[in-house]
Amino acid sequence: MRIPCPLCGPRDRREFYYKGAALDCPDPEAGAQAWDDYVHLRENPAGVTRDLWQHEAGCGAWIVVTRNTVSHEVLGAVLAREAVL
Amino acid sequence: MDKLQAVSPCAGLLPITIGALTVEEVDMWPITSVTPFSGASGSVLGRALGMPFPAPLQSTTDGDARLVWAGRGEALLMGAVPDANLGAYAAVVDQSDAWAVVTLTGTGGADALARLVPVDMRLSAFGVGASVRSQLGHMNASITRLDGDTFMIAVFRSMAGTLVHDLARALEAVAARG
Repeated sequence: MRIPCPLCGPRDRREFYYKGAALDCPDPEAGAQAWDDYVHLRENPAGVTRDLWQHEAGCGAWIVVTRNTVSHEVLGAVLAREAVL
Repeated sequence: MDKLQAVSPCAGLLPITIGALTVEEVDMWPITSVTPFSGASGSVLGRALGMPFPAPLQSTTDGDARLVWAGRGEALLMGAVPDANLGAYAAVVDQSDAWAVVTLTGTGGADALARLVPVDMRLSAFGVGASVRSQLGHMNASITRLDGDTFMIAVFRSMAGTLVHDLARALEAVAARG
């Protein structure tokens, strides 16, 4: 599996650390229900999904990777700071 | 009272020559991490550093000094004391004693690295001046091509022994193939 780091180009999966689903963080004052959803509720999609990875053995950047859970195709990646969630 | 003596990271381990390839320790003192503040302009940074801040996967040089891209928004200034004004534009951290730096020289260096690093290091793909952060074996490393048959490899100082061990095994394997 190769992940296309926006800075380093395609790199082996061993260089990356997996965090989890890429979600939009709620406002600090959004309330208990919104934060409960953010912390605990996850989709389990059959198809395209977006995850946070860190290129820990490379440039160190956090990136949002778009991949397909059915075909295992990696569709793209952008820097997390530039990602629109 | 006893006097403390400075010992280089690879003292007693290098140099080694196996087949056509040689690994030597190089003195790149001082080594400084340079992390530009957001909003610092490239031209101002370049003036303070004496050379352009490198694009990802690149390094820049000014005489014996070298500025090596070291990750997102970070570069390592090697072989030059940073300008006192640099602190106005970037976080500047002395890391001279944190790195073990060696060169791999000789014909077939890319073949040896191909056994250790999951990045294409052939001259056609990894030109002179190119630099990556990747893994060498299981170690995080910074690898830069200095010229046609010389690579500079930097790992965290505590990994110096493992670096020499892994490189020696790769060199032996390349030499064994004739």
